This record gives sequence, C-alpha cells and structure tokens, in this order.
Amino acid sequence: MMKNFKLIIALVVLTSLVACNDKTKRQYQYMPDMYESIPYDVDAENGLGGKPVNSKPVSGTIPRGGTPAYDIPDTIEGYELAKTSLKSPLEKNEKNLDNGKKMYTIYCISCHGKKGAGQGYLATSEKFAGIPSYKDRDITEGSIYHVLMHGKNLMGSHSGQLTYKERWQIAQYVEVLRADLLK
Amino acid sequence: MKSVGLYNRLFSVFHKSFTLLLVLAFSISTYAQDVDEARQKAGKKLFKSQCASCHKLDKKLVGPALGGVEERRENAWLKAWIKNNAEFQKVNTEAAEAALYATSAMNAFPQLSDAEIDDILYYTTVGEIKKAAVVGEVAVGGQVLQKSGAPEWLIYLLAAAIVVAFLMIASLLKQVSELKGGAKPGVESNLKRDLQELWVGAKNNTFLKVLSTIFLLLIGAYITFGTLFKVGVDQGYQPIQPIAFSHKIHAGENKVDCQYCHSSAKHSKHSGIPSLNVCMNCHKAIAEVAETTEIQWNGQTYGKAQLDLEIDKLYEAVGWDKDELVYTGEEKPVKWIRLHNLPDFAYYNHAQHVTVAGIACQKCHGPVEEMDEMYQYSPLTMGWCINCHRETNVDLKSNEYYEKIHDQLAEKYGVEKVTISQLGGLECGKCHY
Repeated sequence: MMKNFKLIIALVVLTSLVACNDKTKRQYQYMPDMYESIPYDVDAENGLGGKPVNSKPVSGTIPRGGTPAYDIPDTIEGYELAKTSLKSPLEKNEKNLDNGKKMYTIYCISCHGKKGAGQGYLATSEKFAGIPSYKDRDITEGSIYHVLMHGKNLMGSHSGQLTYKERWQIAQYVEVLRADLLK
Repeated sequence: MKSVGLYNRLFSVFHKSFTLLLVLAFSISTYAQDVDEARQKAGKKLFKSQCASCHKLDKKLVGPALGGVEERRENAWLKAWIKNNAEFQKVNTEAAEAALYATSAMNAFPQLSDAEIDDILYYTTVGEIKKAAVVGEVAVGGQVLQKSGAPEWLIYLLAAAIVVAFLMIASLLKQVSELKGGAKPGVESNLKRDLQELWVGAKNNTFLKVLSTIFLLLIGAYITFGTLFKVGVDQGYQPIQPIAFSHKIHAGENKVDCQYCHSSAKHSKHSGIPSLNVCMNCHKAIAEVAETTEIQWNGQTYGKAQLDLEIDKLYEAVGWDKDELVYTGEEKPVKWIRLHNLPDFAYYNHAQHVTVAGIACQKCHGPVEEMDEMYQYSPLTMGWCINCHRETNVDLKSNEYYEKIHDQLAEKYGVEKVTISQLGGLECGKCHY
C-alpha cells in the first residue's frame, strides 16, 4: 500500500509538470482581474447584460467626424447613378495619391496587380481567374467608389476595411493607374 | 518473407502495365474525340482572363454555367450579347428576358473579335481535355503511399499493448513467487541493511549535510523563481482555434497583406479579428483548397479533405449557401480564442506602432507567414517593451510637426538619431495611467 502511495505521488507530480508545459493553456496569472477585465471588452461574447455589445449604430446617426451613410443602392441602376453623378470630395493632390497608393498596395494589389492590369499575385498563381484590366472597363471615380462600397460580381465590399477618405484616395489612385494603362 | 517481396514486385509490375494500358486506351479515346487543341487552348486562355471572374463551365457563379452554351443559344445571338448586351437588349426581346435573371449587369466586351469569341465558345463546348496519364500516375502514387508502413497511431497502440503485457507478466511472476513462499528473503534484507548503514553514515557526516542542504535550497530557489517568473507570461501560448485557419497559407503562400484582414491596426488601439465578410471577399470564389495543400494542425497533418470541411465551417458561420451562392441570413459567430492579451494596467496602441512608427507586424508577432497555427511569439513583458524602446530610433523624416523637438533632443543628447526612450518612451505614464 505504502509503495503504491509513493507511485501515485510520483505520477501526480509528473502529470502536473507535464500539464504546466501545455501550450494550449495560459500560464497562471497574478490578480487575473486585470487580464480579464471587469468592464466589458469590445466584441466580447458576454457584454452588457450577457449580450454582445458590437451592435449596429442607431439608424440615422453619424459618428463625430464621420460622414453620412452611403445611400446609393447595390443595384444596376445604383451603379449607373454612382458612375455618372458621384464625385470625389477630396482635392487631387500628391498627399492623397500617396496614401491611395499605400492603401491600394494593401487592399487591391493581390488581385488587380501593381499596375491595375489584373495581374496580381492571386491572378498569376491561378487562385483567381478573370480579373479585368482597368483599361478594359469604362470606370469613373464614382463607379470605383461604388464598387469599393458594395463590391461587384466576385469582388466583395471593402467598405469595412477602409475609411471614407481612404476609399476616395484609392479611387484617385486607380484613375491614375487606368490613365497610365491607356497610354 | 522472400515470397512476399516477390509477390509485391510482381504485383507492382502487373499494376504498372495495367495502368499503361489504361493510359493508352484513354489517349486513343481523346484522339477519337478529335479536339482542336490549339483552339481549345486559345479559348481557355481567353475564358480564364475575360469570363472566369463570373462564369464557370459546370457551375453557377455570378453568371450562369457556360458549358455547352451553344446548344442553348445561337452563335450570332451569343456574339451580339457578349459584345454589348445592354444595346442588344434594346433590339432583342429574348435578350431582354434573359437579363431579368441576372442580379448584376454583364459587362460589355467590345474588345473581343468574332474569332476570339468563337474560340471561347469552342472551349465552352469541348471543355477540358482529359489528361488520362496524370490520373493513372496519381492512382499509382496512392498505392505506393498506402504500402509504406502502418499509420502512426497503430504503432503507439502496439507499443502500449506491449508495455501493458509486460507489466501483467511481471506482476504474475511476482504473485507466483509470493505464493511459493518468498524465494529470496536473504538478499532483500541484505540490501535493506546496506541502505541503513549508508543512511547512518551520511547522517553523521556534517560536510555532506551542509552540502546537501545548500543544494536543496538552490534547487528550491530555482524552481520557485522559475515558476514565479512564468506567472502571466504566455510566450508560446497556442490554443486550438475553432477553425483550422493557417496564416502560412494566407499571408505566406498567397501573400495577402496582414492589414488586409487586420485592417483596424492602422487606425485603432486594437488590431481586430476580421469579421467574416472579409473572409468572404475571397472565399465566395474559393470553396475548396488545391489538391496539394497541407497544413500542420494540433500535431496532425490536414490535407484537402479536412481543409475543405474547415471552409465549410466558415460558410456555416456566415450563412452562405455554397450551391446557390446566396446568403441565407442564418449567422453565428466564430469563437476565436484570443492570444495576445495585455492586462488593463498597460496601455498599448497598434496605430502608434503600425502607422506612425511603421514597424512590421513580424517584429512583435514573429514569422506569422510561416505559422500554420498561430502562437504568441513575444513574451509581452515590460522588460521586452522597454528594450525595444531603448534600441529603436525614431523615424525623423517627413514629420514636420515634431521637427523642432527632434532637433532639440538631438542637441541635448548629442546624438544624430533619437531613440524612443530619449523622446520619453520610458516614462511610466506613457503606458500606465
């Protein structure tokens, strides 16, 4: 019996040592209330009253420093309307163009390529097929902005990843790319 | 043993010759179809570059499936439609009817010539040329793979069985010897006596006592401090995520920018977990992985079969019907497990590091583009933060707002470049308030 008891102790020590190295578990925390905070975290599962708090903004409201919601619908007519009537509120200067290029390099280049000819890495490695060159499409800054908001065909909406200003900066850069391709 | 080897060799010879026969038969049958390969190739290339973003041959994508479309519409009708469907709709009632089925208008393709459209249509009629030879080889490869050794778990199981059997035999032998009346009592008592003598000897040796006490104390201190220093430091933390998402495939092989998905890093304190519509920007079109894709996940190798199921998990969560290609509206969040978690008393801001300082994500998060399974690369301790703030120079270029203070600081410290700590990056209140 005594021998078994020692064996059990040895096993317990061994398993606890092994358990300490379990990389799927966090280490012990001193005063964990600073790690798992008492106020609710953004996007956390249990927020206010046990419900998630990432709810949509109240309809009809605009955040401070924000812009009115984009109200041109994602339809064939909406696309035409944006193409003909929507104009960029930004000044066309180097600064905007530079940031447009920066954003283009993050969000567009994978498919549309460095020059906008549809030869991005995902196209040349045959992950995506049929990405058009900007020169083959009759696009305006309004239609570019509209497509960034709603997506078109297989392209999804990129409105959540970019701010109002950044979308217009990208539109400006895409127009420059298109002009270069048409040369 | 020898005969088995002979049998295997014979079998493989037979198998290979059979495959060869099969290949021959297939190649004959493809020739019999009489496909103009050059035209098919030209048509395929055009189809891939112009049409494939909305059409597939066998499945609905944005537009309808185009396999055998010439059986449904006349050649001239198709040409008119492809070149400028909007104009064509005004003069042709059938075209106007067809447009009603579409959710978005098809683009006009005035740049395509009649011959090019004919090539595309030829491709939609004949489809892919079947490569029988490749199929044969894959089958042989599969056979070889299956032959090479038993699966790993089987080996472990066998090893465990052997150990258990050994223990059982040992205990049985012991019982037998006890039943016989204790075979070797003399030896045991001798050992006991020896040990006792040793213990008494050691007890009376003061030097040995002091030495062992110091040794024990040192070991105790090592274990205690080792444990204490680990408290709250989660370096290497690698929880099992609900979906087998591989950063290696997305950021490494496919070269998607980190910020494409973690887009809030550039403006916000947090580098958020992307919402599922960001996944769908690509996975609307990519419903399955390539044949050769493999990742290491939780100690296992996941191939195409498992990974396709992982993409299905995304579709289920975001409510995407992958056959009808529509959202069903039944959503449920994916419960990703957060790795990097700073306590509330430390302030950290992603935008300051990513946008202002322009630091690469890898500096803190490690080689993420090589990780199938994400783990915490850095300790995220205060010492680690401070080290970096001491060593890193502030980017002084094109920052007019701070030009004056940068110059003053450079003069004060007599240096060309100013580190973050000289700019006040070590002040307590910068991160703790």
